[in-house]
Amino acid sequence: MSAPLLSVEDLRVSFPTPTGRVEVVKGLSFDLGRERLGIVGESGSGKSMTGRAILRLVRAPGRVEARRLEFEGTEIQSLSERKMRDLRGARISMIMQDPKFSLNPVMTVGRQIAEALQAHERLDRRATRARVLEMLEAVRINEPERVAKMYPHEISGGMGQRVMIAMMLIPRPSLLIADEPTSALDVSVQAQVLDLIDELVRDHGMGLILISHDLNLVSRYCDRIMVMNAGRVVESCAAADLRHAEHPYTRGLLAAVPRMHETRDSLPVLDRSDWSGT
Amino acid sequence: MQMLRRDWYHDDAPASRFQANAGRFYRAGGLLMRNPLAVLGGAIILLLVLTAAFAPWIAPYSAVGQDLSARLLPPSAQHWMGTDELGRDILSRVIYGARITLMIVALVAVISAPLGLIIGAVSGYFGGLVDKVLMGITDVFLSMPKLILALAFVAALGPGIENAIIAIAITAWPAYARIARAETLTFCQADFIGATRLLGASHGRIILRHVLPLCTSSMIVRVTLDMAGIILTAAGLGFLGLGAQPPLPEWGAMISRGRVFILDQWWVATMPGFAIILVSLGFCFLGDGLRDVLDPKQGGKS
Amino acid sequence: MSAISLSDLDISYGSAKVVEGVSFDVAEGESFALVGESGSGKSTVLKAIAGLAPDWTGGMSVLGQPRGHRPDRGFARRCQMVFQDPYGSLHPRKTVDTVLSEPLQVHGLGNRDARVEEMLRAVGLDRRFRFRYPHQLSGGQRQRVAIARALMLEPKVMLLDEPTSALDVSVQAEILNLLKRLRAEQGLTYLMVTHNLPVVGFMCDRMAVMNRGRVVEIAPATALHDGSFADPYSRALYAASGGTAHD
Repeated sequence: MSAPLLSVEDLRVSFPTPTGRVEVVKGLSFDLGRERLGIVGESGSGKSMTGRAILRLVRAPGRVEARRLEFEGTEIQSLSERKMRDLRGARISMIMQDPKFSLNPVMTVGRQIAEALQAHERLDRRATRARVLEMLEAVRINEPERVAKMYPHEISGGMGQRVMIAMMLIPRPSLLIADEPTSALDVSVQAQVLDLIDELVRDHGMGLILISHDLNLVSRYCDRIMVMNAGRVVESCAAADLRHAEHPYTRGLLAAVPRMHETRDSLPVLDRSDWSGT
Repeated sequence: MQMLRRDWYHDDAPASRFQANAGRFYRAGGLLMRNPLAVLGGAIILLLVLTAAFAPWIAPYSAVGQDLSARLLPPSAQHWMGTDELGRDILSRVIYGARITLMIVALVAVISAPLGLIIGAVSGYFGGLVDKVLMGITDVFLSMPKLILALAFVAALGPGIENAIIAIAITAWPAYARIARAETLTFCQADFIGATRLLGASHGRIILRHVLPLCTSSMIVRVTLDMAGIILTAAGLGFLGLGAQPPLPEWGAMISRGRVFILDQWWVATMPGFAIILVSLGFCFLGDGLRDVLDPKQGGKS
Repeated sequence: MSAISLSDLDISYGSAKVVEGVSFDVAEGESFALVGESGSGKSTVLKAIAGLAPDWTGGMSVLGQPRGHRPDRGFARRCQMVFQDPYGSLHPRKTVDTVLSEPLQVHGLGNRDARVEEMLRAVGLDRRFRFRYPHQLSGGQRQRVAIARALMLEPKVMLLDEPTSALDVSVQAEILNLLKRLRAEQGLTYLMVTHNLPVVGFMCDRMAVMNRGRVVEIAPATALHDGSFADPYSRALYAASGGTAHD
């Protein structure tokens, strides 16, 4: 295999509390090629902080340390804030949980996407416009010309998330980080959005980090899965092997989800004293 | 004694109502103590309170005793702040004036804060017509400059310290009503209000027990910050001769009297002026500190 | 006598009609689910029954008594509600003890200390939690407190508005188990709103599928086993959710 797209070694994120610094990510290491990696965990497991740390979006007083944090062979930690801004969006993009909070309410959808493009590429007006409409079509929005003129409050949640995806993918990044991209959406829209992300990622040969609390969803859309608990990776396996997961935490998580063909009288509950978790 | 140990306050699993409350205040107090300006502000206010309480023992002379042979003496070892045109010791008058200032501040706060709080909470909670009427009245008061409005009330009620207090209180509540209403609107749709209504609780109970406690912290902050303005308004009324009447040692009235001598005998007007500035600053510092502790949403922006 | 009976219920917010012509009966002791996607009006039906969405027309009765348009004290003893967001349903400045004592105070019931302690035990919270504030509790613990508050008045009917959708799966399992056990122990009737079909399969006997303010189908929970839904929308919803729940 060629050099990995992203290489992380011993990543630590910590926050100060009145009783001293607390690490929310405790020594995380992984390599990512042009593949789809799923990071799964419950709230407080540090999964979102991992995504933010890669983009250097952890705000002070939070602190990020890593022995190595390389993207396409460049050490991210030593980049200046300006270089980092060029990298964010252009080379690495991030899709957040709720489109409502990520879109600017007083700017039309078309302008926001155009701005995302112009921040990284110099194009004249007509070329920009063509790229925006092409992108809106790529995220399967009917009548892109009409939608481009709409404001975020005029579009539905699912469409909003598609607009976000268009915004994130239009500079053609090589790594996409999606942090719970569909948990604010209805089930019927969820699948559409994820299929879309999946297709675009494959077509462009990008790397994907999908962060979610939903094991089943991640196993469907990723090649490899890392299960996190209390800042540590407790299990790392190929998505296809999830059924044979060994760690009691992973097994517990899998069992705790109610199934469509439910016949159990009570759901198994995680015994948290089983491992070093909190 | 185990009761007073730090752990007892910080216990994550308090054993009684008392311990839970004590823990909350202890933590808030701890945060406040870490803010040097707030501590300074608190110290100034404490000094004001102590001065007011023990004025007869602290003051070297009487506040009203005249000594015409010692008129307009500059500050000296005998009269630290000098004397005024009737030979009264200014330090003693400033010390006694602390009582008047404290009374004004306390009474205005006691009258206007609860009034504004209740009107705002009722207005925000019920909405609709109640809201329109109450906020209409509030807007009428808010649309006029405070000092002018207070002047009009004092002119109507007659000069005097009690009427000045009433006038200031009348002009102060609308701002509090606005804040309380805005706060109430942010959470009156919250589930915990809905859940309480479902329990069969009356509107009065919900407003008193659930809405008001959430408004009070920002109200305390706001009132503390407004104290400086209240003191200045009271001083302004005193200065215009509509507040405290002679020979009461009210700071604003003292400045007013000293105005005549300001070029030759500067200390007559300046000393009470210092007192006003010091106490106003004290309230501002304390208010800022309290905001950081009680109202974390607003803090940290400065 | 049915626990909840709705006939031809229309609910509006302002001028917009969000629920139209909803009718169903929930038998006493039954666990009934209202499923649908956001904007289907399922939560609004619950709010209307509770009296928090007063602008409705049609017929509505709970345990045989017609419902008024507002919450009232008599209704409070018969029917209570658990809300979706455990972070928004507890007063941030009140201890667990205060929250649980309040219903008793409102209704003038005595023996508060013992009742509060007993209820904490029933919902699986240690005595240590009694004097904590909500910020000292996790999401699951908060939801236990909210359930305890709803049960303080010993109602027979519980309205559950997505009680676990804001919780982690492992915590969701705990809360679902708790709700199931409480229902068996106290003979409760549940009307539960959810978008999660597998949860319906675990918790409920029957369900009404809602779409755009209307009930499109009422089906037994066993329909989830084989997907035997009559309405095309229900089938689409089942297919979309079926993907997320492997067997």
